[in-house]
Amino acid sequence: MTVWLVVGLVAVATIAFKAAGPVLLGGRLLPVGVRGVVALLAPVLLAALVVTQTVGGDGGLVLDARLAGVGAGAAAIVARAPLPVVVIVAAAATALARMVT
Amino acid sequence: MSTEAASYRDGMRAVLAIAATVAFFGASFGLLARSSGLGVLAPLVMSATTFAGSAQFAAVSILGSSGGAAAAVAAAVLLNARYVPISISVASLFRGPRLRRLAEAQLIVDESWAISSRGGGRFDRRLLVGAGLVLYVAWVGGTAVGVAGGEALGDPKDLGLDGAFPALFLALLVPQLVGARERAAALLGGAIALALTPFTPAGTPIVTAAAACLLGLSRPGKPRRGS
Repeated sequence: MTVWLVVGLVAVATIAFKAAGPVLLGGRLLPVGVRGVVALLAPVLLAALVVTQTVGGDGGLVLDARLAGVGAGAAAIVARAPLPVVVIVAAAATALARMVT
Repeated sequence: MSTEAASYRDGMRAVLAIAATVAFFGASFGLLARSSGLGVLAPLVMSATTFAGSAQFAAVSILGSSGGAAAAVAAAVLLNARYVPISISVASLFRGPRLRRLAEAQLIVDESWAISSRGGGRFDRRLLVGAGLVLYVAWVGGTAVGVAGGEALGDPKDLGLDGAFPALFLALLVPQLVGARERAAALLGGAIALALTPFTPAGTPIVTAAAACLLGLSRPGKPRRGS
C-alpha cells in the first residue's frame, strides 16, 4: 500500500512539474525581459547538471571515477568528436579508472 | 543532420548512444526496486508515469532502507523540481490543446531536453519529441528487463555508464556558450551547484543554480538572435 502511495504521489508531482511550462505558458510569447532570463536556463541548468552528475552522490560530494570520465569526454569534445563518441569515451574512461582505483 | 529543420528521426538518432545507457540504468532500477520489495508491477508503473531516473532511484532506495513514504516522496519531489525551470525553457514549443501539451511535456527528461537545445535559448520540438520517445522506450523497457531478473547484465557502474551522463551534458553545454553572458551564467550556475552539493539534499543544487539565469535581466548590447 505504501509503495503505491509513493508511486502515485511521485508520478503526480513529476507530471505536474514537466507540464508546468507547456501547459501554463505553452505557445505564448513571453515578455522581452523574461525571455532574456529563460534564454539562459539552458546553459545554467546544463552546467549545474554537469556538476551534480560528476560529483553528486549519496550524502554530498563524491569524488570518484566519474571525474576521469568527464575529463576524457572533455578531451573528445575538444577534438570535435561526435556526441555518441563522447558518450562512449567517457563511459570507457570511467570504467577504466574504476578498475584501477 | 540538417542544420535547420530537424526531424523526429534526427532526435531519435541523436539520442541512441545515451538511450542504451539509459536502458542499462532502467534495468538496474528494476533490479533495485524488486530487491527492495516493490514487486514487479509498481516499478514498471513508476517508470511509465514518472520517467525520471534519479528521482525513482532515490525514492526506491529510501523505501528499501525503510526510510518511510514521506521521505521517499520528498526526495523524489526535490529531485524533480528542476523540471519546472526546464519545462519553462521549452514552453513555447508546445502548442495545441492543453491535454496534448500535458501529454507531450511528459517526454521532457534531462537528455531529451539537452539534445533539443539549439543555443541562444532556442529549442527544437521534433528533436525533443523524437529523443524523448526513444528514451521512454529505453527506460521502461530497461525497467522491464530489470524486474524480470536482469542480474546477468551486471552493475552499470562497472561499465562506467554513470560517467557518460555528465560528459553528455558537457558536450551539449559547450555550444550554448556563445557569448559572454552565457558563459558567465553557466559558470555561476555551475559554481552554485558545486557549492551546495556537499551541504544540501540532492536536487536542491540544480534548482538553486537556476537563479543564475537572472543574469539575463541585464542586457549588454542588442540580442543577436531573434526568437
